[in-house]
Amino acid sequence: MTTNWTIDGVREALATKKISARELAADFYTRIEARNPELNAYLALSPERARRQADRIDALVAGGKALPPLAGVPVAIKDVISTRGTKTTCGSKILENYIPPYDATAVERLEAAGAVILGKTNCDEFAMGSSNENSAYGPVKNPVATDRVPGGSSGGSAAAVASGLAVAALGTDTGGSIRQPGSFCGIPAMMGSYGRVSRYGLIAFASSLDRIGPFANSVRDVAAILQVIAGRDPNDSTSTTAPVPSYAEEIDKPVNGLRLGIPKDYFGEGMDAGVRTKIEAGIEVYKKLGCELIEIRMPHTDYAIAAYYIIATAEASSNLARYDGVRYGLRVDDDSLLAMYRKTRGAGFGAEVKRRIVLGTYVLSAGYYDAYYLKGQKVRALIAQDFSGAFTKVDAILTPTSPVPAFQLGERTNDPLQMYLADIYTVTGSLAGVPGISVPCGKINGKLPVGLQIFGPAFGEARVLQLAHAFEQAGGSTI
Amino acid sequence: MKISREDVLRVAELAYLDLSETELETYRAQIDEILEYIEKLKELDTAKVEPMAQVLTDDQTADATLREDLVVPSAVAEDVLRQAPDPEPPYFRVPKVIERA
Repeated sequence: MTTNWTIDGVREALATKKISARELAADFYTRIEARNPELNAYLALSPERARRQADRIDALVAGGKALPPLAGVPVAIKDVISTRGTKTTCGSKILENYIPPYDATAVERLEAAGAVILGKTNCDEFAMGSSNENSAYGPVKNPVATDRVPGGSSGGSAAAVASGLAVAALGTDTGGSIRQPGSFCGIPAMMGSYGRVSRYGLIAFASSLDRIGPFANSVRDVAAILQVIAGRDPNDSTSTTAPVPSYAEEIDKPVNGLRLGIPKDYFGEGMDAGVRTKIEAGIEVYKKLGCELIEIRMPHTDYAIAAYYIIATAEASSNLARYDGVRYGLRVDDDSLLAMYRKTRGAGFGAEVKRRIVLGTYVLSAGYYDAYYLKGQKVRALIAQDFSGAFTKVDAILTPTSPVPAFQLGERTNDPLQMYLADIYTVTGSLAGVPGISVPCGKINGKLPVGLQIFGPAFGEARVLQLAHAFEQAGGSTI
Repeated sequence: MKISREDVLRVAELAYLDLSETELETYRAQIDEILEYIEKLKELDTAKVEPMAQVLTDDQTADATLREDLVVPSAVAEDVLRQAPDPEPPYFRVPKVIERA
């Protein structure tokens, strides 16, 4: 049986009765059992839920009914996204036994569109990390090179899709946590505009930055998943009413004549030579496709990491106040309430989370608020202006997704600042709220994947997908 | 040095976070390095820049943020309480908060 399923391929196979949804799900579980012990991509499986959904789809097929857009498609969900009845740990000991009483809107919409939810994927604790090594349940291994990290924080989702253990997956991106693992594992991975996808049921890290988005093996499938999860949700007041176009129609449009900005500021020091070679070759692909390449400046790029780690940690310190041992999760008992809080949080959170809570509390504390938090928000405005200025001249922006390919497990764990600096090309778009995709752009020495990042203006997902699709069709992933 | 041991202790107290001696010193040194890096923001003159707390503009959320204040039935209380470390339905039980004088 094929292991390279696409969404259209699944629907075709179901409609022509080559396979049932139940058999397909069972086949994926067999493969997960075989491969997951090595990769550690999944933390929990939901076979009963998957079977119930598969049976619903098979009943539609048997009744000759029309199949919904994601009929029978096996998907994986990052473990920071709530799934009713299935353990959702956020990769943290503090939520080791937490079972959400409700589904995230994105999960509900996937299932309503026919998707079969296989299980929950590993990630850095509370989505804080760039390598998946901050999970309390052990790191994920990169399926293309198992001595290397899959990227983070959505490392499990990326690894599951890249290794054929799911047809698509949901991840979350706060500073690069979808795009960077997509790049490290060699698959397309997208973050829509802030407000495009409901965050209802996404367990919060940094609320002004967090976004849910898809991983898949093709841009067409990324578009199909985004189509289903995008759009207004009354349960998230920051989800917008901006209309959602038909991405499937948009992606096949020709790209010739589009103006693409190449920001000099993203091509400076610190970029791996192999990454540079591939990205430059990727840009050439667009030239051949008839796009106009325009050199642009985004002068505040170099300040993005500093602004990001102020804002993200400040918001995290506030969001993570809820883990107090009272309503859910771990409690370490003590006779005094305050000591119970301190002990619970001290024992339940891992090192990176504690570090960020301390930093975030510090930048918000009396006497430091103006110097750090307010300053960070002002620099965020300057970075957003870099983008809005650029989009008056160009239709999209091309950059590398990451300055380096997947690094060795353990290589960067002792140096948090070095780990943060690897997010340099992704945090800018996070701060500005614009959509971005990472699309495969060749492999260094035929082995380590490189990702080309495409940014579009806010709610310009269709343009971003169209450019990524054209790149993929032109053979960009194998240059 | 940007951040002292006392600063970290004070902040950990604000965040209700127990830290071991080792954690205290490790985080202090690492956060010190991060704050040193963050200093580069001082190079930018932001006196006339409005802080950006939220990405969306008012016109993108105007419809979204104003809704009817309706009571919607929700039957999750039991499920919610089941997740509590020490439930006493319909309450969460916690250690004694108020001490006698």
